[in-house]
Amino acid sequence: MLEIEIDGKKLTVPGGSTVMDAANSIGVHIPHFCYHKKLSIAANCRMCLVQVEKAPKPLPACATPVTDGMKVFTHSDQAVTAQKGVMEFLLINHPLDCPICDQGGECQLQDLAVGYGQSSSDYAEEKRVVANKDLGPLISTDMTRCIHCSRCVRFTEEIAGFQELGMANRGEFTEVMPFIGKTVNSEISGNVIDLCPVGALTSKPFRYSARTWELSRRKSVGAHDGLGSNLIVQVKNHKVMRVLPLENEAINECWLSDRDRFSYEALNSAERLTAPMLKQGGVWQQADWQTALEYVANGLKQIVAEHGKDSVAVVASPNSTVEELFALRKLMAGLGVEQVQAFARQADFAARTQGAKWLGQSIEELAQNEAILLVGSTLRKEQPLLAQRLRQSVKKGLLLSAVNPHRDDLLTKVAAELLVRPDQLVEGLLQVVKAVAEQQNATVPSHIDLSGVVVSAEAAAIAQTLIGKTKATVLLGNLAQNSARFAEVYAAAEVLATLTGAKLAVPAIAANSVGAELIGADVGGNVFAMPKKAYVFLGVEPEFDAHNGAQALAAAQQAEMVVVLSPFQSCALEYADVMLPVSPFTETSGTFVNMEGKAQSFNGVVRPLGETRPAWKVFRVLGNVLGFSGFDYNSSEEIRDEALAGDIASRLSNTLVTPVAVKAQAATGLVRLGEVPVYGTDSIVRRAPSLQASADASLAQTLRVNAATASKLGLVAGGMAKVNQAAGEAELSVAIDDGLLDDVVRVAAATPLTRNLGDLVGAISVAKA
Amino acid sequence: MTVYVKGVVFGDVDFDNPDCWRLEEYVKRGGYAALKKIINEKISQDDIIAEMKTSSLRGRGGAGFPTGLKWSFMPRSFPGQKYLVCNTDEGEPGTFKDLDIIVYNPHALIEGMIIGGYAMGITVGYNYIHGEVFEAYQRFEEALEEARAAGFLGDNILGSDFSFQLHAHHGYGAYICGEETALLESLEGKKGQPRFKPPFPASFGLYGKPTTINNTETFASVPYIVREGGQKFLELGKPNNGGTKLFSVSGHVNRPGNYEIPLGTPFADLLEMCGGMRDGKKLKAVIPGGSSAPVLPADIMMQCTMDYDSIAKAGSMLGSGAVIVMDETVSMVSALERLSYFYHEESCGQCTPCREGTGWLYRVVHRIAKGEGRPEDLDLLSRVGDNIAGRTICALGDAAVFPVRGMLKHFRHEFEDLIKDAQTAKPL
Repeated sequence: MLEIEIDGKKLTVPGGSTVMDAANSIGVHIPHFCYHKKLSIAANCRMCLVQVEKAPKPLPACATPVTDGMKVFTHSDQAVTAQKGVMEFLLINHPLDCPICDQGGECQLQDLAVGYGQSSSDYAEEKRVVANKDLGPLISTDMTRCIHCSRCVRFTEEIAGFQELGMANRGEFTEVMPFIGKTVNSEISGNVIDLCPVGALTSKPFRYSARTWELSRRKSVGAHDGLGSNLIVQVKNHKVMRVLPLENEAINECWLSDRDRFSYEALNSAERLTAPMLKQGGVWQQADWQTALEYVANGLKQIVAEHGKDSVAVVASPNSTVEELFALRKLMAGLGVEQVQAFARQADFAARTQGAKWLGQSIEELAQNEAILLVGSTLRKEQPLLAQRLRQSVKKGLLLSAVNPHRDDLLTKVAAELLVRPDQLVEGLLQVVKAVAEQQNATVPSHIDLSGVVVSAEAAAIAQTLIGKTKATVLLGNLAQNSARFAEVYAAAEVLATLTGAKLAVPAIAANSVGAELIGADVGGNVFAMPKKAYVFLGVEPEFDAHNGAQALAAAQQAEMVVVLSPFQSCALEYADVMLPVSPFTETSGTFVNMEGKAQSFNGVVRPLGETRPAWKVFRVLGNVLGFSGFDYNSSEEIRDEALAGDIASRLSNTLVTPVAVKAQAATGLVRLGEVPVYGTDSIVRRAPSLQASADASLAQTLRVNAATASKLGLVAGGMAKVNQAAGEAELSVAIDDGLLDDVVRVAAATPLTRNLGDLVGAISVAKA
Repeated sequence: MTVYVKGVVFGDVDFDNPDCWRLEEYVKRGGYAALKKIINEKISQDDIIAEMKTSSLRGRGGAGFPTGLKWSFMPRSFPGQKYLVCNTDEGEPGTFKDLDIIVYNPHALIEGMIIGGYAMGITVGYNYIHGEVFEAYQRFEEALEEARAAGFLGDNILGSDFSFQLHAHHGYGAYICGEETALLESLEGKKGQPRFKPPFPASFGLYGKPTTINNTETFASVPYIVREGGQKFLELGKPNNGGTKLFSVSGHVNRPGNYEIPLGTPFADLLEMCGGMRDGKKLKAVIPGGSSAPVLPADIMMQCTMDYDSIAKAGSMLGSGAVIVMDETVSMVSALERLSYFYHEESCGQCTPCREGTGWLYRVVHRIAKGEGRPEDLDLLSRVGDNIAGRTICALGDAAVFPVRGMLKHFRHEFEDLIKDAQTAKPL
């Protein structure tokens, strides 16, 4: 510990602290621009110059290490003169366009200029003008305003993992720019908008739509992945205008994924459903809530009565709140309906665990592992901020390895990687299991059949990273969780974890996957395999949100009655009988349980649009209409307390109830690798225009094969290909992805182009179009 | 350029012989004897560093830091890779001495670096050569090949267990890469921008490893010190200013060129060696140590001796030893305009005061030179300068300000006259 005195206040700080750290710890504010606690120290803005006793000249607080007995003066004449001098320099070439600048009101330069600037400038020369850059659909630039703090450059390199922005040229001609002809395509790119201390980088979707001081700040929780990022939703006149991160070191730190940041655009979409609709005589008509609810109640009651309880199935989005799922399940129980399924993208339901599947540890603990094996995951796209966190861990020594059907760049060092066919994740894992068993001389439980398994060098290398670690994790990604042999993948991963002393992690795919499993909204398996007489859809679009979109759509189309509860109109117009406008997460109070089993409740941030109602209220009224008892809830909190009563932690478990037999199988022929693309996860994200204009969204419109497979199939990059799967077909442009094995055809799901195709992973045929 | 007077570095080099730079000629002049002595007599690292301290050799790149002391900072017991780097990124306007060293006597530098590697327990060295002198770079590469072929460089030098690899690196011509940490960044393949210090290169240098960086002339002086002893080197000069030093004399003298003379030689003598002032004009001012050094008027300069202490006492710096001589016809406003343009052009743009301030300085001087100066401009120049100097990551900011301060201190009236004329000429 070192002793330091700042502005006369004595304190002790740990060795290695900077003057800035020390000042922050006692709440002394030192003005700064380039310094950011999560980024490397650049010391280039010079705004944080302070006086240090015995130093001949002022020193930058951000980069000056504390020495024992140091005396620092942050507001002495020398310090303030230096700070004012820097401010003068920053302002000479900065445009005085605050009245038309989006950053106005939340601009660090503007704020500090009040304290350190002059009311007029001695600089009489022409100001610098810098050409704007095209950074893509999310980030707008006004590069003339740039003060060259390099935060954005350091962010792309250090946090996002690839330096998509750089400083070109020299002296006052220095410019921040992307690679020539390229945009910024990181899945967490929007954070540079928050980092930019001036109005050089602003939000393109938000641009010119409101002034920051007109906005109210409301807390909420991210609804598009399993992390549960904390949000600040900024609203004006009951409209969501912008979403920003709310700092929570344990979850999202100070970052936010682009998906959570920009998907709000869909909330104001013209596709919003604003009143209940009934189809009568083949014609859609607006109805009042009472009529619509009575129609639903009577219809469902009648079908159950005529065809039995299993003739009705409910499919809910795993992004629905705990309250919604619980009330829905309770309502269905009243009708006798058991099949309430929030995991429609899953294909294999045989892996039953003793509790709800979860990360097996906290997010912070995950980052402290010494070794992590990713199994079937496009982690950067599935959980952008988790990928970011692990990237930082790798720098501190984490050994990251993967058994994957693709070689997508994690933008970090990967210790070992085993590439497999998408239908061979099990066989990949078995190789690692065998390698571990051989290296440790351990016996493998009898339900794991290792006969015929040949250990590759890659599998041996992966085994090596896991053996002998006190903290290691085997993590099953979305591709694994949605695979047709999930139970086998699970059982093999469980054995691998047991053999190596590692934890098994099943990161939640959606905002409330863990909550849904806790409530028991995982009944019925694939409810589209045997078409039902009636379906109730809560926030799902079966053609996009089911494992086999074509099968789901066909099942919906043949049903006698389909009730859709959704914030949006959709192609439900084709198959639904009733459409009820229910609130997206911004218009209702509710709770999500994130991947680490943490329940986070939030309030509605805006009034429901039009006649929209929170789904939990709809179920409450339906309960009353049906005359069920126990539906007298006055608030969502009452439902939550009933739904999550007791300790959550004790109800989480990744241990299989009964062993699942695992055996290697051979696989040949063309196989589809059907991932859910980063901007195809749910009905809100799919309607966010700026995200849909991104490079990632374009990539999801292509068919990807490796060069050898392309030439075998007669395909050329940029040309068109026709694919057939089940009874459906699609035409896609071809791109080459040499991170795939031969015969693997990567065709994304959850996009309009591919909605007629079948299973996410399965046989597919391809021809040149 | 031509070297007119020879000292420690150029010794017996016969400039008329086109092969004077070759290893064979160098060995004939007693070259590599120092290295052989170290290897054969197994002289200890401590003894070499002590000898360097005795010699009072000070860094010839500009800062004048005692070389022996710098070498003693290298953590010799550090277990990982350590690096030795030579700074031949000679970019200071007025300086052209290092170029002549690698053209005419490259083996003195190579031998000096090998000895440095030996003394500090370093096995890999780089010579970063300025981007605009490609032929010199090629010659240095040839010299390296000769040294390797002769067993002076590479694995198991002269049959000992000491190995040293030396590589040449051709820079891209940015002035800022002469700043040692910017040089390291550039050498690593990054944009040449100075690093914030601490940490200093001795603990966190090239690729984050302990690194010692010296100037070309500094290394080239090392063989002499080892061969002849530090005391003899010191006695060539004067206390605290050991040895001879190369001065690159340019400007209005009859014979511009390199002069390797003992430190402490009166400037008047140097001027005489240069054949005196061109066309018999009167001496007006001298920039004694490269463009970053404040200008000194003739009367002060004629009292100075050419060494670190004397020039510092007079209010300037010996710097790299670039002596820019100006006669009575020179407009000091125009001279400063050109200097300020250089720093504006060469600022790396990393930190605010230098990025924004060097352009501002140039524009104000430029408008004074154009006859558009304003009465408040001289105060403005001082104020802007004060806001740059001492506030930046590296010394380029200071280097941009020192010439302004020097000019305003000694030749303020020239600026004032021009501004006054501009004001009178203004239409009412």
